Amino acid sequence: MNEEKHILTMLVDNEPGVLSRVVGLFSARGYNIESLVVAPTIDPLVSRITLVTNANLPEIEQIEKQLRKLINVIKLRDLSGKNAVKREMALICVKAKPENRAEVLRIVSIFRCKVVDTGLEHYIIEVSGNEDKINAFINLLKPMGIKKIARTGALALFREPN
Amino acid sequence: MELTGAQILIKVFEEEKVDTIFGFPGGMVIDIYDKLEDTSIKHILVRHEQGAVHAADGYARASGKVGVCLVTSGPGATNTVTGIASAHMDSIPLVVITGQVPTHLIGNDAFQEVDIVGITRSCTKHNFLVKDVKDLAKVVKEAFYLARTGRPGPVLIDIPKNVSNTKAPYEAGQQVSIKSYNPTYKPNMKQLRKVVNLIDSAERPVIFAGGGIILSGAAKALTTFARTMQIPVTGSLMGLGGFPGSDPLWLGMIGMHGTYRANMSTSFCDLLIGIGVRFDDRVTGKTDAFASQAKIVHVDIDPTSIRKNVPVTIPIVGDCRSTLESLNTLIKPLDKTTLADKRKPWMDQVQKWKEQNTLAYKQTDTIKPQYVVETLYELTRGEAIITTEVGQNQMWAAQYYHFDKPNHFITSGGLGCMGFGFPAAIGAQIARPDKTVVDVAGDGSIQMNIQEMATALQYQLPVKIVILNNGYLGMVRQWQELFYDKRYASTCMNCGPDFVKLAEAYGALGLRATKPEEVIPVLEKGLSSPGTVIMDFVVAKEECVYPMVPAGAPITEMLLA
Ligand SMILES: Cc1ncc(C[n+]2csc(CCOP(=O)(O)OP(=O)(O)O)c2C)c(N)n1
Ligand SMILES: [Mg+2]
Repeated sequence: MNEEKHILTMLVDNEPGVLSRVVGLFSARGYNIESLVVAPTIDPLVSRITLVTNANLPEIEQIEKQLRKLINVIKLRDLSGKNAVKREMALICVKAKPENRAEVLRIVSIFRCKVVDTGLEHYIIEVSGNEDKINAFINLLKPMGIKKIARTGALALFREPN
Repeated sequence: MELTGAQILIKVFEEEKVDTIFGFPGGMVIDIYDKLEDTSIKHILVRHEQGAVHAADGYARASGKVGVCLVTSGPGATNTVTGIASAHMDSIPLVVITGQVPTHLIGNDAFQEVDIVGITRSCTKHNFLVKDVKDLAKVVKEAFYLARTGRPGPVLIDIPKNVSNTKAPYEAGQQVSIKSYNPTYKPNMKQLRKVVNLIDSAERPVIFAGGGIILSGAAKALTTFARTMQIPVTGSLMGLGGFPGSDPLWLGMIGMHGTYRANMSTSFCDLLIGIGVRFDDRVTGKTDAFASQAKIVHVDIDPTSIRKNVPVTIPIVGDCRSTLESLNTLIKPLDKTTLADKRKPWMDQVQKWKEQNTLAYKQTDTIKPQYVVETLYELTRGEAIITTEVGQNQMWAAQYYHFDKPNHFITSGGLGCMGFGFPAAIGAQIARPDKTVVDVAGDGSIQMNIQEMATALQYQLPVKIVILNNGYLGMVRQWQELFYDKRYASTCMNCGPDFVKLAEAYGALGLRATKPEEVIPVLEKGLSSPGTVIMDFVVAKEECVYPMVPAGAPITEMLLA
């Protein structure tokens, strides 16, 4: 059966060990986690976990049921469809020798992202958007030489009905 | 009212009507033990913490209550892990209290510190580390609530020493509400109506009953349902006793060592109603071939059980008992003769399979283990509580002792944990002092928790141990015989001990039978003696459990004796 990418978002109790329960469920059952974001919500007792995994249909059904079964998981939603806003952020440290500084800045402006740190030989660029945009941006920068990269992995929110 | 953590813990125990705790003391729970002295709660001092958990498990299964354990930090805590894992696999409600080093030492690799919450995360229903005595009452309440509701299971609470010996205000009778935890008890009626329609149109229905029947107290409702609709019933190992073993509709156990008729009926039925089961691989064999002609209805309180292993036509999330009781109000039984006519072709077929008596065995001049269990069944009139160890002894107990009532067969089903039966028998005997409790044991398994003889003697528990002594780790030997060219690698155990002398060393009665004609007298004497008894039956060494479905084969492919 075909594997597909799923973005799961969960509200969980903000307490020690909760992330480990979520992650342990994946490792114990041999499922892989593509990316994972955790941070508190406006209720300090509740965190939101956004998790991306590849799974076929029976697998994702089982993963979602198992996650819902965890006592600390308050709410879970699969946001893989169109009804969600999805964003990711990356910090990219790119080589910026005098001869290609202008080219880097041009790409930065086309993609409407920001230079957040400048050195004699590098820029650190902050880019956000959907996954395709970030991948495209990275591809364009590759020829200049990417020194380091940090990506958040996907974040997603369900669109409120109008 | 200001109380210490230890006192608060005990207060909540009392609120939860705990009457017995199985445990073993140590430095990090000494404050709790000290306060326990002032209560009427009975403490059973085991000889190994694994024994405490299995005993609490047996107690829970025989009584229907939550089993409670108390152990110290470090090695005390790690010794509970196997017992917890067994209870987890079999959905048995336990609350396990472990002591922990004081909060300021946690993470320091302090003396007897282990991260037991981390270790048991994947084998508990839930677990807690209590860092502040103010949270203790709430956590303990939640632990009992979680353990016994929904799909039951073991819950562990790790309590640091400074939490048990400092004071906090205590308020009795707090209500538990966990916002993320709302198990579904009531089934969806729309789905149930679909089931009723399926039953009406089915020609070859079978009910497959599991441990959920026992856990939810659904045996009566199941019996009514099956008898009203005249549907034959098979059961998993965990489901034995959920439907009367002496009823003509009973097909026997299903699966790897299931009866011929149970496996054939399931394989050729057109409707399989699975209730409180999880379609374990020991039940299904090759899943593609399992009940391949059938529509499957699956009832379970745990949504993760449904569609985990087999495709399901009608999933029903709900408590087995509520579901069956609702079903019983919806079904419109035909009058007796019409129903009998409708079922006749199917019942005739089932009867044909039944006539293949695959549990027949040949008597010889050595004792057959099957004969021992059969005789035990007769002499106890099927009324004893039977616990088992693991291996051939367990399967023979399941095959030859016919359970008419729930909560009478206590076995480590999911984990298959050697050493389970004897401590579980101790727990069951404490829960049911009125009952004859027998551990059907193997010579290998019984040695895994034999130290609990001292516990049985200390509390004068009349537990009877029936050892089917084949001098082998018999079930593994059977696999070696059948699939590894009889290379008996590390399965022969012909160096004793002398179980009669061992019994005597503990101050118990030891009896031995070596010939078939000694079986009845030894059982009679052992069962009628007042105290703990070990009965050592020297049985045929290379007897195999049949039928047997090789692992991963379709369950129609049975090796027969
Ligand atoms: C703790 C544990 N270790 C190993 C096993 C694997 N195992 C399953 S059955 C069995 C043989 C048990 O021997 P015995 O208790 O003599 O029972 P028999 O099969 O001979 O009746 C073994 C070793 C197990 N189930 N549990
Ligand atoms: Mg043996």
